[in-house]
Amino acid sequence: MFDTIRRPPAVSFRSVGKLFGNLRVLHNLDLDVVEGEHISLIGPSGSGKSTVLRVLMTLETIQEGQIIVHGRSLWDDQGKGSVMSPHASEIRRQIGMVFQSFNLFPHMTALQNIAEAPMRVLRLSKDEAMLSAEELLAMVGLSEKRNSYPAQLSGGQQQRVAIARCLAMRPKILLFDEVTSALDPETVGEVLSVIRRLASEQDFTILMVTHQMNVAREISDRILFLHGGRILEDGTPEQILDDPREDRTRSFLRAIREA
Amino acid sequence: MKPWFDFAFALEILPRLLSATWISVVLAVLSFALAVVFGVVLLLLRRVKFKLVGRSVGAFIEFIRSTPLIVQVYCLFFVLPEAGIILDPYTTGVLGLSIHYGCYMSEVFRSGLDSLPNGQRDASTALGFSARDTYLRIIVPQTIPRILAPSGNFLIYLAKSSPILATIGVAEIMFIAKDIGQENFRYLEPMTIVGIIFLILSAAGARCIRFAEAAFGRNWNQKEVPYV
Repeated sequence: MFDTIRRPPAVSFRSVGKLFGNLRVLHNLDLDVVEGEHISLIGPSGSGKSTVLRVLMTLETIQEGQIIVHGRSLWDDQGKGSVMSPHASEIRRQIGMVFQSFNLFPHMTALQNIAEAPMRVLRLSKDEAMLSAEELLAMVGLSEKRNSYPAQLSGGQQQRVAIARCLAMRPKILLFDEVTSALDPETVGEVLSVIRRLASEQDFTILMVTHQMNVAREISDRILFLHGGRILEDGTPEQILDDPREDRTRSFLRAIREA
Repeated sequence: MKPWFDFAFALEILPRLLSATWISVVLAVLSFALAVVFGVVLLLLRRVKFKLVGRSVGAFIEFIRSTPLIVQVYCLFFVLPEAGIILDPYTTGVLGLSIHYGCYMSEVFRSGLDSLPNGQRDASTALGFSARDTYLRIIVPQTIPRILAPSGNFLIYLAKSSPILATIGVAEIMFIAKDIGQENFRYLEPMTIVGIIFLILSAAGARCIRFAEAAFGRNWNQKEVPYV
């Protein structure tokens, strides 16, 4: 089992609450993820699992609580509601995110998609950025597509470019938001094999939202079952998937298996 | 007995009309360029955090779009002098056209920006782009091909509404055609020629826009045919 005791936390949620108008999507959420830990978030749609990733990436605001990344407050709450840290852009640099809908920049080639942020944000020279983009593209097996535009790539290829683009910023924490949900069944495998490799070879902290229980079982150290904006169950893949304690977890897993 | 359409007369007045066409074209291009600048300024003002500014600009755009161009031009030309501001017909004309169409252009820009999928902004934030880089490198390059067609339409509308300026004494093509008609008691030939010239200008404008559109999205919208 994964040794969580001796490692420092990478991400901590402290009593995090999020509201969309009057709709509460996260309830008093507490979560600790240690460095190098791989966590899968599962649950029905609307349970708040994507929101957990999106507030961590600061794509959405939180109203209550605190989020700490590698010891620094990304969201702080001094009793008057949560505010984003003035150093958010620096703290956020340790986090990379891959999206369900790829979100590649359609006006840039695969190579440009990967090299743009290192050039603009990390201020790498064009040569450096291009060289490292070539390496990343080779790692996801798409060297021959370096000059293709996203519209010329299949979904699986686009998602692999998106993963390479995210890695180009050298993040320590990876967020995968249903990265295979928009793919054709035949291209899911090529994306999963990249993710498997990242999970096994390098020391990333990974938070992943997924509907594929086999992937969650294979890659994660821990699975969280979310329901109604709360973490209802938290355990090892074996415990959650084979021997769930909560009725809601059981009925969710049954529904998924029948589908 | 003169023929129904007098070709000799038409040929005789053509040079005068063509040189006035030049004025119309310069007026339209200059006004459109200013309308684009004005449209960008209005768009930026509308997004200012201070709400009163945004709302006022929104109301101004609504007002200009909902009132006739000729009323606005008359206000600039006949009412402003009462406040001590006297502008010559050409300045008034360019100002009137660029304010009127600037409001339309700012709406074109706004809808172009709003039509981008949110995922583009999400990805930019996740990669750590500054607000400035997000706009200049990600948002604007994708917005331009989307706004080319509606912008081109407004360029053509603008050119076609420029004859309104004849009423305040701008010697553009309509003004000259009216003069010729009054001098000779013949309107058929000058008006026909003006119509044809506008037809040619509009068609040429539409051509240019389609060419620009094709040139812009050329490589990144083109799909290879990988699965046939």
